[in-house]
Amino acid sequence: MVDQLFPQIGMAMAKVLEALDFEVDFPEAQTCCGQPAFNSGYRAEARAVALHFLDVFEASDAIVVPSGSCTAMITHHFAELFASDSAVGARAKSLASRVWEFSKFLTEVAGAEDVGAHLEAVATFHDGCHALRELGIHSAPRRLLARVRGLELRELEPAGECCGFGGTFSVKFGELSGAMARGKVDAIVRSGANTVVSLDPSCLMQIQGALSRAGLEIRTLHLAEVLASR
Amino acid sequence: MSSQLQRHIHDTLADPRLQQAIYTATGRLKDARLAVIADNVLPDYQELRTQANLLKQHAIDHLDYYLEEFQRNVEAHGGTVTYCRDGPEVADFVLSLAKQRGAGLIVKSKSMTTEEIDLNERLGHHGLESVETDLGEYILQLAHERPYHIVAPALHKTRYDVAQILTEKLHAPHDIVIENQTALARSVLRQKFLAADIGISGANFLVADSGAIVLVENEGNARLTTSAPKIHIAVAGIEKVIPRAQDLAVFLKLLARSATGQLLSVYTSFLSGPRRADEIDGPDEFHVVLLDNGRTRLLPNPERRQSLYCIRCGACLNTCPVYRKIGGHSFPWVYSGPIGAIITPQFLGAGHEPGLPFASSLCGACAEVCPVKIDIPKVLLDLRSEVASVKTGRLEKLAFRVFAWLARHPRAYAIGGRLAASLARSGDGAWIRRVPALLNIGPIRAWLSQRDLPPPPPRSFRQLWRQR
Repeated sequence: MVDQLFPQIGMAMAKVLEALDFEVDFPEAQTCCGQPAFNSGYRAEARAVALHFLDVFEASDAIVVPSGSCTAMITHHFAELFASDSAVGARAKSLASRVWEFSKFLTEVAGAEDVGAHLEAVATFHDGCHALRELGIHSAPRRLLARVRGLELRELEPAGECCGFGGTFSVKFGELSGAMARGKVDAIVRSGANTVVSLDPSCLMQIQGALSRAGLEIRTLHLAEVLASR
Repeated sequence: MSSQLQRHIHDTLADPRLQQAIYTATGRLKDARLAVIADNVLPDYQELRTQANLLKQHAIDHLDYYLEEFQRNVEAHGGTVTYCRDGPEVADFVLSLAKQRGAGLIVKSKSMTTEEIDLNERLGHHGLESVETDLGEYILQLAHERPYHIVAPALHKTRYDVAQILTEKLHAPHDIVIENQTALARSVLRQKFLAADIGISGANFLVADSGAIVLVENEGNARLTTSAPKIHIAVAGIEKVIPRAQDLAVFLKLLARSATGQLLSVYTSFLSGPRRADEIDGPDEFHVVLLDNGRTRLLPNPERRQSLYCIRCGACLNTCPVYRKIGGHSFPWVYSGPIGAIITPQFLGAGHEPGLPFASSLCGACAEVCPVKIDIPKVLLDLRSEVASVKTGRLEKLAFRVFAWLARHPRAYAIGGRLAASLARSGDGAWIRRVPALLNIGPIRAWLSQRDLPPPPPRSFRQLWRQR
């Protein structure tokens, strides 16, 4: 998704990591973690894609992912996919321990909260469901945003509610998914923010699509884009 | 896939009054729960959930043992236990008992298990009147509707709806004052309680070590149902058994809090057997009917078995962003919301409504609030894999096969992505309408019916990265 639709997110993430003196490598053979197939019930297809992921990233020290949902797929569901194959299961487990969601990597590995970012914005943060509930990420992105100069952070009310994306759910149940997105848009408007920040490109695509359809001039940014702003 | 489900969803979304009713009622229940599980009110809430989960796991893993113990103890108190495979067997049991005792009128307290087997309708076919005595259920019985919510069956009815139902069905004067509506129902139901020969209840818990059933309620109608008539029949799913009375210390702390945000429900009744010689009230006969109706189908699968832990608190419905939009009647069976989405296909067989496990964004809010920690998203994913292997269209299967192939062939993956992007690129937001071929693709059409799609960027990340 970042490769084809949101390349600026990947570039921003690399910029932030390099500014913190990490050597960034992009293994060209990478494609997808397999979640679309897994969540749609295609276990064999998901397994094949996950296996490719293992092959591509096995040599990396730390794999930083600009998505809570993809991270959760790798750290939580790969083990399940390979439950019947102990050798691959062990590889998946070892890899999972080196996979980091971007905001977690910054706060826990890099030990950074202030990355020197500056962005004039009234922002609100949308918790992706998998980042929040599967990975337990709540404070890391907020701590990072709190140190961005010029940025005021406002919480959504209700907080932690799904934007309605849900992968193939967004098109299998398009009308329902759209209704959920509009609920999120209402909450964003109530917050008075002019910028929506999230850890997940897929949530951002859903929210941006609904904001744009509603004719609202509110921008969506990945956390990496905010942190790369100067 | 699932056109009926889609139609129900569409109708509910299109009804602003209904949308408001669902959102308000579930919001109230949701907030009430949050207030009574807060750290400063119930600091050991998470430990209680873990304990409840372990107790249920143990009970379901040893279901045969505890059911036998329960039966022995019920019989020792002078009650009977009858196993029924399905709805018709339960109806036969009640009908033959009614015939032997010359019974003509039944009062009922709220029970999802009897809703599940359409017991009232089955008895009605044989001329046996069975009256619901829970206020919400009574209103729905008059309106010929099934429950909208596990705990709040008439959640979708406003006082104006109720006024209309009471006027139409009972020829009462039109009255929108809730207290007056309640008083009217009460006066009708009092007469039914006094005249009834049999009372039918469900059971929230079957306690193995004491041979007792536990009923949790707020209106007192379950107490009347189980004590006024001479015969009490409790109908319960086999999964309701718990090992010991002391386990209730865990479950009762969680049930009312999760369901309605009460610390305890108004009435909690422990019923074990018919009236003893030295007791002043209670029924002459006490019968427990234990229902399978598809439950044993779940037992062989250790992953899915957890679906049987459910204590029917409804917390997952109140917090579910899908239920809060589509309500209870969009679901194909009496069990709605996240728990309905996992038990319906398992109890009835996956062929029933293959789209149901897919009607979820997998946000996980349900698992977060479940007092017995059922991992609902995990079971949904498991059910999806079963449906995908047999029920989905050839086109979808092919699409995922192509996806998996492309994902293992990075060069083709990159070229394919750029090809699609170059077909679709244009400077303004209306880019997609210039590509009629894309509009014919189902998923793209479904996306665009609700939202815009960002124009693909001129270069992929791969290309930008190489150019650095």
